[in-house]
Amino acid sequence: MAAVTALSETPATSAGRPRGMQARRRRRLNIFRYVVFIVLGLFFVLPLLALLRFSLEGAKLGTWSATAWRQIASYQNTGIPPLLSAIEITLELAIITCAVMLVLLVPTMIWVRLRVRWLDRTIEFLCLLPLTIPAIVLVVGLGPIYNKIQHFSLSSLMLFWIYVVLALPYAYRALAAGLSGIDVTTLSEAARSLGASWFTVIVRVIAPNMRQGILNAVLLSWATVFGEFTIAYLLLYTNLQVELYSISRNTPNAGVLFATSFAALIFTFALLLILSYAGRARRGRR
Amino acid sequence: MTSSPVTRARDRAARAAVEVRLEGLSRHYGPVVALDRLDLTLEPGQLVALLGPSGCGKTTTLRLLAGLEDADAGRVVIGGRDLTHVPANKRDMGMVFQAYSLFPHMTVRQNVAFGLRLRRVGAAERDQRALEMLDLVGLAEQASRYPHQLSGGQQQRVALARALAIEPQVLLLDEPLSALDAKVRAQLRDEIRRIQLEVGITTLFVTHDQEEALAIADRVGVMREGHLEQLAPPTEVYSRPATSFVAEFVGLTNRLAGEVRAGQLTVRGCTLPLVERDTPDGQVVALVRPEAVTMVSHDAPESGPLVGTVIAVTFLGATSRVTVDLGDATIMAQLPTADASALPAGSRVALTIRPDPVLVSASSSPAVSMAGDET
Amino acid sequence: MAVAATTKTGARPVRAGHRLSAPAWLGTVPFLAYVAIFLLWPTGIVVVDAFKNPNGAWAFSNFTELFNPLVRGYFIGSFKLCVFSSLVGAVLGALLAYAVASGDPDGVVRRLYLSASGVLGQFGGVTLAFAFLVLIGPVGLLFHASWYFDFPWGIGLIYIYFEIPLMVLVFLPAIDGLKIQWREASENLGSSAWQYWRYVGGPLLMPAFLGGTLLLFAAALSAYATIQAWENQVAYVVPQQISTALSSEVGLSNVNVADLLALGMVILMAIVMTGYALLQRRAARWLR
Repeated sequence: MAAVTALSETPATSAGRPRGMQARRRRRLNIFRYVVFIVLGLFFVLPLLALLRFSLEGAKLGTWSATAWRQIASYQNTGIPPLLSAIEITLELAIITCAVMLVLLVPTMIWVRLRVRWLDRTIEFLCLLPLTIPAIVLVVGLGPIYNKIQHFSLSSLMLFWIYVVLALPYAYRALAAGLSGIDVTTLSEAARSLGASWFTVIVRVIAPNMRQGILNAVLLSWATVFGEFTIAYLLLYTNLQVELYSISRNTPNAGVLFATSFAALIFTFALLLILSYAGRARRGRR
Repeated sequence: MTSSPVTRARDRAARAAVEVRLEGLSRHYGPVVALDRLDLTLEPGQLVALLGPSGCGKTTTLRLLAGLEDADAGRVVIGGRDLTHVPANKRDMGMVFQAYSLFPHMTVRQNVAFGLRLRRVGAAERDQRALEMLDLVGLAEQASRYPHQLSGGQQQRVALARALAIEPQVLLLDEPLSALDAKVRAQLRDEIRRIQLEVGITTLFVTHDQEEALAIADRVGVMREGHLEQLAPPTEVYSRPATSFVAEFVGLTNRLAGEVRAGQLTVRGCTLPLVERDTPDGQVVALVRPEAVTMVSHDAPESGPLVGTVIAVTFLGATSRVTVDLGDATIMAQLPTADASALPAGSRVALTIRPDPVLVSASSSPAVSMAGDET
Repeated sequence: MAVAATTKTGARPVRAGHRLSAPAWLGTVPFLAYVAIFLLWPTGIVVVDAFKNPNGAWAFSNFTELFNPLVRGYFIGSFKLCVFSSLVGAVLGALLAYAVASGDPDGVVRRLYLSASGVLGQFGGVTLAFAFLVLIGPVGLLFHASWYFDFPWGIGLIYIYFEIPLMVLVFLPAIDGLKIQWREASENLGSSAWQYWRYVGGPLLMPAFLGGTLLLFAAALSAYATIQAWENQVAYVVPQQISTALSSEVGLSNVNVADLLALGMVILMAIVMTGYALLQRRAARWLR
């Protein structure tokens, strides 16, 4: 429930102008709101616009050119992998991470909610622990583990093991919010009384009712993977952020840097925005 | 030793129990009219209950009186002073909300003393008055607890104590019992009335539960779509409803086809006097209370317009409600349980209607309405 | 007569008709094992190696390294940066959260700002540093901020950029939890708007606000990519010092010092996050 009543309309008298103390207060509040939105909105938008502008910069300062954007697909510098391959790897990483995260977390959380309630706090603690243990710290301890992993594969895709852990806090919170909205016990008892196995209960009964939470979790994990730099860099792998960093060390003003950054951002933002409308549509239908 | 707040409150109320007048109040939200030129007067010391279906404007009336919303037109006059443009925090009224209004981070005592704190009453005196208020509502031992540790009924009693602690001129109650269990509701309802009478404060009580309204009010105002349909003591509202809406909203009503001829109403073979003598001739729907329907006989009666088969008997305590199928209509009768126990489902019974004055409704389709069951 | 009906996930067999079934907690084993290997084990390594020296022997004297003035300098640097960015971020974030919360719950503005907060809160590192570089750096589009490369102001501003959205995400539920009846009851009892915030709204929001600030502090403390991309020649903060120790080209890389610093960070983070958790629980109790 909002702290203050919804403020979109102020009722008008027959004379057409709102009067009265409550109306005055609402107007003052609205002024405050719009000042805040404009000032902070500018603060958020300007760097993004700068990114966009620089990505459209031509050979001479002040000119416009879309070269940087076209370069995304073909950019290659000596000593570093092509930009496109870094993008591909990161995309694949994101998909694998999201998939593993879902398979790992969703059944576990549902199962705990259903049958092992006493582990609830423990699971929550473990999932939120990565927030406390910064990536930079994890890297220090990951050396021996990744040495072993590298016996099997040198691909950057192997990063997914640790990326799932990084995504845990955000995914957990999103899934927990989704779970709290449904009566898991009743649904599962109903399904079991009709003869469903636990597998069916989890996959066919509960999970579909958590759609919003699952989508949220996927999106946050996705954003985490796309934004990750520290671990990939220090373990000497390549992903999108590392690639961008390397390019910037070589050619600091490469337009392609800004184009890629901007694209990644807008893409995620659009996804989140669509998601927030998808959530509402479900509610409206009821 | 200073006097207790109850005595003080009573003295003050006796000195200056105020009259509340709402004149021509209007309020709309966009195209929706919530209140349409409402006129309502509360005599000093009276408890007036506003009753009606949701959307009728009763809560809006209360909130306008409290100053939590602005009126589009009209005046609010308390004790002779025009308070229409006075902000809510200066109106000197105590309000009890439906739920959740206690401050969760304060103890019960701190909650009750909050209004006094705002009025810069010293800490010691504040605490003392708060405790006395809590005594009034019977919760003095809970003074150091937090709201989440209390039951719903206890929380509402604390809310009442908090509202009264500031010795307001008017007490406002916005469906205070709606969120509570049935048993608690009945208890608390009587307690609110007892305290209100003891303190003698002019009170406005909003509810959608007619039983509540009829039980405790000095006068009941039945509202519909922004209008006041009737303002009268409970007995009058119940037995002499002013409009068909009131008749159907308050209590149960049978809707029976009948005919009016020359000022006389004939319903299923019974001649009944009309409330409105000058009702034009024609087919009408008569509104008959179940208590007006009585049993004539139940042993193999002959057929007749008021002879039928018992469908169901609902035990209500001293009386029972008997639903009878008359073939082309269904009728409800409220009979003493002793009589009703002789009527198992399926048996035949003959009824008659007592000649109390009856209202007729403008609308058609005479199905028996369970209008009074609306919550 | 009973036919075993095992499910596909062998870890939790529930056989129809049998009394004996595997304990339910076995179903959490995959998750627990995963977390143990990829989270607890590396952390354990960090903690243990912090007290060893390069040839594997125990060396508790490593601990004194933490009080070495140089190392202290990095912790102070981290502290300065984190306090600055978390305080400013918290206040601005709280204001923004209030502005969003007091509007139409289903409206465009709220969705826009919430989605933006979700993205920008994660938008750190390399790309953010770029964006600010081209905005107010040496060839900045807006202007050239002479303080851009000053510590902690330049980097602090960049941190604030992702701190504000983070605060919005954390603090908004708290504001939503403020029931309108509290405001109305308070007014009815005679309070002005200022008195309401002072006695009711403020105290109720304080745990969530402090908790949010702590979370921002923790986020700033662990940030590495952003500051590295901002300026990688000089190390100011602990994470940079850790990476230096990990990859130092001078002589043997001193992993153990890195472990020690990492341990110091973990302890600091643990304190901060515990504080956050406690405050959140209080806030949740009042503002559920």
